[in-house]
Parts: sequence; structure tokens; C-alpha cells
Amino acid sequence: MGNSKLSTVIKKGAEANLYLAEWHDRKVIIKKRLPKKYRPPRLDEQIRTYRTVHEPQLIHGAKQAGVPTPLVYQVNVKEATIIMEFIEGKQVKELLNGQSEKERKHVCTAIGRAIGRLHKNGIIHGDLTTSNMILDPEERIVFVDFGLGEKTDDLEAKAVDLHLMKRALQSTHYRVAQDCFNAVMDGYSSIIGLGDTREVLGKIEEIESRGRYVADRKT
Amino acid sequence: MRKTRIDKGRGYCLGIESTADDFGMGVSTPKGEILANIRNTYVPTEGGIHPRDAARHHADVAANVLEETFTKSCVKPQDLSTIAFSQGPGLGPCLRTGATVARALASYLNIPLVGVNHCIAHIEIGKLKTGAEDPITLYVSGGNTMVTAFDAGRYRVFGETLDIALGNCLDVFAREAGLRQKPGLPFGAVVEALAAKGHRLVSLPYCVKGMDISLSGLLTAAVNLLKQGKYALGDLCYSLQETTFSMVTEITERALAHTGKKQVLLTGGVAANKRLQSMIKSISEEHDARFCAVPSEFAIDNGAMIAWTGVLAHDCGMTTPVEKSSVKPRWRLEKVEVRWVTQNSQP
Repeated sequence: MGNSKLSTVIKKGAEANLYLAEWHDRKVIIKKRLPKKYRPPRLDEQIRTYRTVHEPQLIHGAKQAGVPTPLVYQVNVKEATIIMEFIEGKQVKELLNGQSEKERKHVCTAIGRAIGRLHKNGIIHGDLTTSNMILDPEERIVFVDFGLGEKTDDLEAKAVDLHLMKRALQSTHYRVAQDCFNAVMDGYSSIIGLGDTREVLGKIEEIESRGRYVADRKT
Repeated sequence: MRKTRIDKGRGYCLGIESTADDFGMGVSTPKGEILANIRNTYVPTEGGIHPRDAARHHADVAANVLEETFTKSCVKPQDLSTIAFSQGPGLGPCLRTGATVARALASYLNIPLVGVNHCIAHIEIGKLKTGAEDPITLYVSGGNTMVTAFDAGRYRVFGETLDIALGNCLDVFAREAGLRQKPGLPFGAVVEALAAKGHRLVSLPYCVKGMDISLSGLLTAAVNLLKQGKYALGDLCYSLQETTFSMVTEITERALAHTGKKQVLLTGGVAANKRLQSMIKSISEEHDARFCAVPSEFAIDNGAMIAWTGVLAHDCGMTTPVEKSSVKPRWRLEKVEVRWVTQNSQP
């Protein structure tokens, strides 16, 4: 990993471990996708390589779309490691439940705008949860963890992306989930436009109706 | 926990399970001792479960299963204090058969009826049998595939399938491959045995979306490969298992990392699969969590889990009046207020 000093594990995720380190006098995050013992080695390598290659591309694409993301400094495909900028700030997950209604609405609308920009540029985040969004000291919402993302203009993919956002709100912020999601969609439509937003919302409904045991499923 | 007054009987609960192909009855004492767990499974002559045929099967065997339950448990009808039944989710006709039996028994014995959510019952019996207090649960069966955990009064769904259930995926593939299931040897076991002979990993779509997964595209791809005839069936079964199990394991690990819980409970029909068990065990160890595999008799659909959950619900004063006892085929588990679990069991 070059001149980096591996210091502390800051997150032992399911998909990768995150280390906080110093690299050329910069505070960086080293994201390392460790082999998973439970998967067959070939499948494991495929998954880790694919995600290591694609994540920086999507991070870059997001930046071009006007969505703040960490700077990527170095990618090592063989080691399945990405060195990127450490983002100061707080996870939206930690903030949301303690915020006032107004603050919450403000943050969620900004999230929605960012998602709108991503989708407008054919970028699907793939894991829109509030732990993957960081409110930095400049009040920007920085999107991280594009490991499950993809590049596509497919309506279905956009709808699934937003469906996951909604689900994440429901499981982690259940008391305010609906208000939050409405604000997200407000922000989203301000970028995408009302017509396209309506189309995406229709698709979300369709996806949800495919789910198991949905009370209002039409059969 | 405040005990509700028991008007009749000795606090025993009879549970009736009939969400899909299994018709089961079980008896639980107020402390969760399972005195009987009797099951009779409908095995279709061809194709998948036909809801009406399955319901007819359940109606045919109900009286015998009931008699066997009383014999096995040495419990007399007058010892019972509640009748619990699987109110959903599941196949409408099958659920209605179980509900009808439950209503008849409750009204004949003049004791309360308790409608139980099937998915919650799987978690509760799993906790009872493994000693898990506050687990992440991976519940994988023919009809369900979900990752859930308790938070603020309810079981929350962290991840689930966006289309078909894992057991369903394996079953359909097995049927397409011309395999046969027998009583006591479900498709899952047949696929597992064949997979043990395979070793070549054939590439199949790996589809994890956040904490959710999608299996229908993978199934189509696997069936197409099967029809091409280029691959050994063992290799395809192996690849199907490895790929789908890796997907559910990944989302379970995500939920585990996200919530920091210290136990992982594996339950449902597919939980009997040794390979899946080893994968879930691996991630549990990785996160210093205890792996809790539910004994097979209590992991598949069974009446005991309904009886035990009936006891828990009744203890909290939750009963279901007959006029509210119609079945709920699409009853999601997060709709249920789980009063018997207290948040202080959190780590």
C-alpha cells in the first residue's frame, strides 16, 4: 500500500474493512475488500475485483455529476484496495433522528437532489442508506461507498435505488421515515423534473408490489 | 411481564400451523416446554404446491394430527388455555383451513384464540431453542427470505428478496431438472446432495441490491444453462447453492455489521442446509457473534412455534376475537407490535 501507515480499523463492514491511515501526510481511508471465507475463492475474487474496479469509476462519475464524493488517490486491483480521502463530518444516520423537523427536511431534500444528479447522469449508487452519507463541516452531503453501484439509465435500476433509500429510512429512522422520504423525493424531482419523477415513483410502486406479502398487492 | 389470568386449563397452548404445504400442531407449556410437535406434509404429485390441493390435504389430516398431538403430549383438551394459529402470511386456502380448525377448537373449549404471525413464530421458537436473546435472524424458506432484527418494539426487516424466496428458487430449479421430492426428502435436500458432488463453479448472476437480493434472474439463467445440457447437474446445483447462499450471507453480514448484534439465528426450511450453515457460521465468527442454528424440527414450519408464540402473546394480553380472526395472507412481520420483547435485552 505504498507509503501508507495502516493505523486503526474504523469500520469492519460486511463488504470491506475501512482503515484510517496516513498517506503522504494526508489523512486517508483505506478500503480493503478482504477475502470472504464463506464464498468459493473464484466467486470471491470476481466480486472483490469487480467492485474495486467499479467503485472508483462511479465515485469519479458522481463528482462529475456534481455530487460530493471522496477523492480517490490510489487503486490496487490485485489487493482489492482503494485509498481515498478521509471525509470529516458526521454520518447522516447519526444525525437524522435527533434533528428538528425543519433540519431533517433540509437534509433530506439535499439528499434527494444529490440522488437526482446521480440518476440524471446514469449513476446508480446501489446502497443508499443514511450511513453512506456524511454531512461535512461545509454542510455538504458527501456520498460514500459506491461498491454496489452501477452505470445505467435503466428506469428499474433508479427505482430500486430509491426503494432501498426508502427501506433504509424505514428500518433505521422508522418514526420519521415517510416525511424523510417525501423530502428526498421533493429534492429528487427538483433535479429530474416532475414527469420523470412520477415515472420513477410509479416504478417504485410496481417493485414494491412484487415484494413478498405486500398488503395492497393487486392479484 | 404481567401474567394474564388463566381462566381455564393449565396454561397450555395448542398451536396450529398451516401456511403452506405443512399442517402442524404443537403444544407448549407456559414456560416453553414443547410437549408435542406433530406434522403432516402435503407432497404434490407433480409441480409446485397447489393451494387448494394443499388445503384439502390439511382438512383431511387435521383430525388425525390433533389426536396424535393429544396422545403425544399427554395433554387433555381441558388442560388447554389458549388456541394459537398461524394467521399469516401464507397461502390463503391453507391458512383458512388452519384458522377454521382453531376457531372450532377455541369455541368448543371456550378458551381464547390467538392469531400468530408465522414469521415471528419462526424467530421466537428459534430464540427459545437456541437461547438467543436478541439475534439477527436469517429466515430462509420456500416462501420467505428475509433478514430481520428486533428494534423499538417490533421485528424490522433489514433485507429481503425483491422477488422470489430462496427455497422457491431451489425448488423450481430442482423441478426443472426433473428431480423428485419424497416425504421427508424435500427438494432442498436433493439439491444439497447433488451439489456435494459438484465442484465446478458456473457463473450465475450475483444480485445484491443494498441489503436486498434478487433471485429470479439467477433462476432463469440457471434453468437456461440446465437446458443447454453442457453442464453436469451436480455442478449446476453446486453453483446455484454457492451463488445464492453467498448472496444471503452477504446481506446477513451487512445487517450484522450495521446493527452490531451478538447472535445470528438461522431458521426456515433452507436452514437445514449444511453448506448454508457453514457460511453463516463463518460470518458470525468474523463478527464475534454466536451462531445459533435452529434444530431442524423447529426450523421448518411447525405447530410448536405457533404454540410458543401464542403463549408469549397471551401473556401480554394479546388475544384475537373470532370476528378479527380472518387470515392475513400478506401479513408482514413489522406490522406486529411485539409486546413480549423488552428493549433492555439489547446489547
